[in-house]
Amino acid sequence: MKAEEFSERTVDVDGWQCRLTSYRLGDVYHCKADNVSPGARLARATGATKEEAETNALKRATELLSRTRRQSV
Amino acid sequence: MAEYAHPESLVTTDWVAQHQNDPKVRVVEVDVDTKSYDEGHVPGSIAWAWNTQLSDTVKRDILSKEQFEELMSSSGISPDTTVIIYGDNNNWFAAWALWQMKIYGHADVRLMNGGRKKWLSEGRDLSTEAAKPARTNYKASTTDTSLRSFLPQVQAALAARSSSLVDVRSPAEFTGEILSPPGLPETCQRGGHIPGARSIPWGKAANDDGTFKSADELRALYAGEGIDGAKPVIAYCRIGERSSHTWFVLKYLLGYDKVTNYDGSWTEWGNLVGAAVEKGAAASAAKS
Repeated sequence: MKAEEFSERTVDVDGWQCRLTSYRLGDVYHCKADNVSPGARLARATGATKEEAETNALKRATELLSRTRRQSV
Repeated sequence: MAEYAHPESLVTTDWVAQHQNDPKVRVVEVDVDTKSYDEGHVPGSIAWAWNTQLSDTVKRDILSKEQFEELMSSSGISPDTTVIIYGDNNNWFAAWALWQMKIYGHADVRLMNGGRKKWLSEGRDLSTEAAKPARTNYKASTTDTSLRSFLPQVQAALAARSSSLVDVRSPAEFTGEILSPPGLPETCQRGGHIPGARSIPWGKAANDDGTFKSADELRALYAGEGIDGAKPVIAYCRIGERSSHTWFVLKYLLGYDKVTNYDGSWTEWGNLVGAAVEKGAAASAAKS
């Protein structure tokens, strides 16, 4: 087994950058969402298509990122 | 990799592919948990989870010597085994594991340059079969605490201005705009950084493919913030894993002698009653 169709893209979620790393292992698409800066993993998801895996990961990442509070500095 | 101070501390993905069946080599995938490993991993590798196997799960600490010896023994590792560690997040947690193996004196432990991301993106073989190495009876040779800083040492260094502090968190964590990485639970009472610390996010040491930048690029990166190896360096982040990555860069890729990882990091300092905290951007390096 090898990772195929490996790709990365970055989207904006509530003002936070979110990177989606996707690849296919066999018949299953995997997607990992991280917060770019610093790069911590937020969610993992799978799907029958790349779009489905990304949507699932992004949904969970969005829930988490929306809770982040900005402090006044 | 030849230009690094200790090129023997890194191996390429090619090297790992060529040594997958080498009985003297043990490949270990390290992450916060084993979910990535379970998806598919370097064939023949084993997994260590940071949250249950690379920290004491009762008190906040690294593994005790006895716990470390048990982990090595159950992993089929002997003192003369070449251990190759890799993981997600450009080897954050892999660097944490390497740091502990150095503390307990393992002679030959190296990172796979580029980590899991590079292995996957190169379309290399993956396995879902968990390796089951034969148990050993590992005895650690030492406990080298010179690689680690505890709170009193950081406080003393700050008071005496005897060390350079490198904060490797994101700029927003450093300034105090956020209390944890975006999307993660807030784990401190106050935001900001240790007074005088330089902000050099860990990711600046990595290329897009997850590999480390060249020695010249790394030297310029840290020298630009006044970190040139002339003074002892204390690296910290939030819980000590990102700073393990920077600790590895400074100590093994640039060869700076006195570098420690303050694994208490911001989850200790940012919760400490009465601790001095600086918010916003740091003063210029020239003033420190």
